[in-house]
Amino acid sequence: MKEVVIISGKGGTGKTSLTASFAVLEGGNTVVADCDVDAADLHLLLEPKVIQTDDFFSGKLAVIDGDKCTNCGLCAERCRFDALYFERGQYRVDPLNCEGCGYCSLVCPEHAIFMEEQNVGVWRISNTKAGNIMVDAALGIGAENSGKLVAKVKQEAKKIATQKGIDLILVDGSPGIGCPVISSLSGADFVVLVTEPTLSGLHDLKRVCDLVKQFKISAGCIINKFDINRLVSEQIRAFLEEKKILHIASLPYDESFIQALTMGQTIVEYDQNELCGTIRESWHQVKQVLNNGKK
Amino acid sequence: MKIAVASGKGGTGKTTLATNLAHFLAHSYRVTIADLDVEEPDSRLFLSGEPVEEKEMVKMVPEWVAEKCILCGDCQKRCNFNAVIQLNTIILVFPELCHSCYACSELCPESALPMKPQKIGMLEHIKNNTLDVIEGRLDIGQEQAVPLIAKTKKFVNSLHPHPDFTIYDAPPGTSCPVIEATKEVDLVILVTEPTPFGLHDLKLAVETMRKIDRNFAVVINREGTGNDHVARYCKKEHIPVIAKIPNQRKIAELYSRGELIYPQVPEFKEQLQKIEQYIVEFSQGGAK
Repeated sequence: MKEVVIISGKGGTGKTSLTASFAVLEGGNTVVADCDVDAADLHLLLEPKVIQTDDFFSGKLAVIDGDKCTNCGLCAERCRFDALYFERGQYRVDPLNCEGCGYCSLVCPEHAIFMEEQNVGVWRISNTKAGNIMVDAALGIGAENSGKLVAKVKQEAKKIATQKGIDLILVDGSPGIGCPVISSLSGADFVVLVTEPTLSGLHDLKRVCDLVKQFKISAGCIINKFDINRLVSEQIRAFLEEKKILHIASLPYDESFIQALTMGQTIVEYDQNELCGTIRESWHQVKQVLNNGKK
Repeated sequence: MKIAVASGKGGTGKTTLATNLAHFLAHSYRVTIADLDVEEPDSRLFLSGEPVEEKEMVKMVPEWVAEKCILCGDCQKRCNFNAVIQLNTIILVFPELCHSCYACSELCPESALPMKPQKIGMLEHIKNNTLDVIEGRLDIGQEQAVPLIAKTKKFVNSLHPHPDFTIYDAPPGTSCPVIEATKEVDLVILVTEPTPFGLHDLKLAVETMRKIDRNFAVVINREGTGNDHVARYCKKEHIPVIAKIPNQRKIAELYSRGELIYPQVPEFKEQLQKIEQYIVEFSQGGAK
């Protein structure tokens, strides 16, 4: 089984639009995993019919038993996250500040604090309009542990792929380089980096490339909107060459991206011309690399 | 007054708005802008100035002192993050998993796990007359952005004299880094775009802001593309839309070169003036 992860460092470069296009091109031959659990958007393009939903529990939250608490204040004294405060006659927990470390509960002389497991979101299995099985998730508002939810989504996607004998998993990652991204990279066979020719795009690409390098995963790059700034596009190509990262394709700035999106379609459904052809060709290249890979 | 510029979706124009607004306001006020998108900080690409300070940022993690340890194993049991593991006669610490709660360290009966600083990133401070620019930058491979965001904010709060406006360029999303970046601000400006992705992620961001009880207003970027669903949603939810930035190729090109937009695009400057008017009224208690 092979796993392709699509990430970008910088947000808004076209990751999800491209992932959805690849999913449509591949149809039932791939399981799709939306690992941008903070703001999962793939479902807007793939019209999933949900067949299973489950709660996801991870991390803990301190809860004070008011009957046992003697207001000694030791919990607040020890808490490094300002999560405990005294108000209207008793100590209370600020759930947004509580890190779930449990230190307060360990030191409470009255055993008045217990740690409650947190429901931090849901994950779902669906059938998409393109014939893929998709696993995605929605992190609870302001919740922590997005990295663990990403791991869960990937794990479920793998399980399904194994059961159904599907040998490809397509993963839509999140922006940034922190825990959700690191979690989405673990176990990947190939990374598709989507960037744009802006100084921010290049700057963020360099950082995400360094991260991918740490994981020793081979990567390719798609430069989206390459004609917005041809000079920076050239700089990106030089950078890719230097880092031995495959330049998969350069896509022009094209209003059809937004028009397709507005109609709830992927580019490959909306546009049957050149753009669609380039994306098709890009995906073909990714698959070729995967099939030639040693892993 | 503290303002965070945030968004559910990435790439909607947070940094563009935050940097231009900060630079624009600095003509009339003392302004500090802090880039709290520490995973991918980009504000410095658009703002220049004289270097004031650059320093390493650290978080505290326990360090095992073998000679003192009696291998009771309590530290492993106490750590909720699997950051301290006992392997036979060795205690292993995984700094990237550690949340710096101090429980293992302070509760160790033999004081065998003293807390030591570990580098997680850099902080840079530059100055351009009335504009202070602060940037937090997470080291690659570090998983947790929140400690660095918290420390960068702390640095900003320690600056003297206090600015009239502090602008935080927040990370995208709705999870812990965003909560950390928007906590304690007076107003959050949510930047979105008029597309289904923009709308969907705006709704998540609005839910987040309501949950943490923040005042917020919306700026629609790339107005003219997509459809009017974002504007209709804001109207229905009684969310103030304080500016609409037109979709112009010129803006995208200036942005791509790391240039400020408003000095060269009058329509953009007009929108900044609207935002200025809103936040000034807001700071005087006039707007909500």
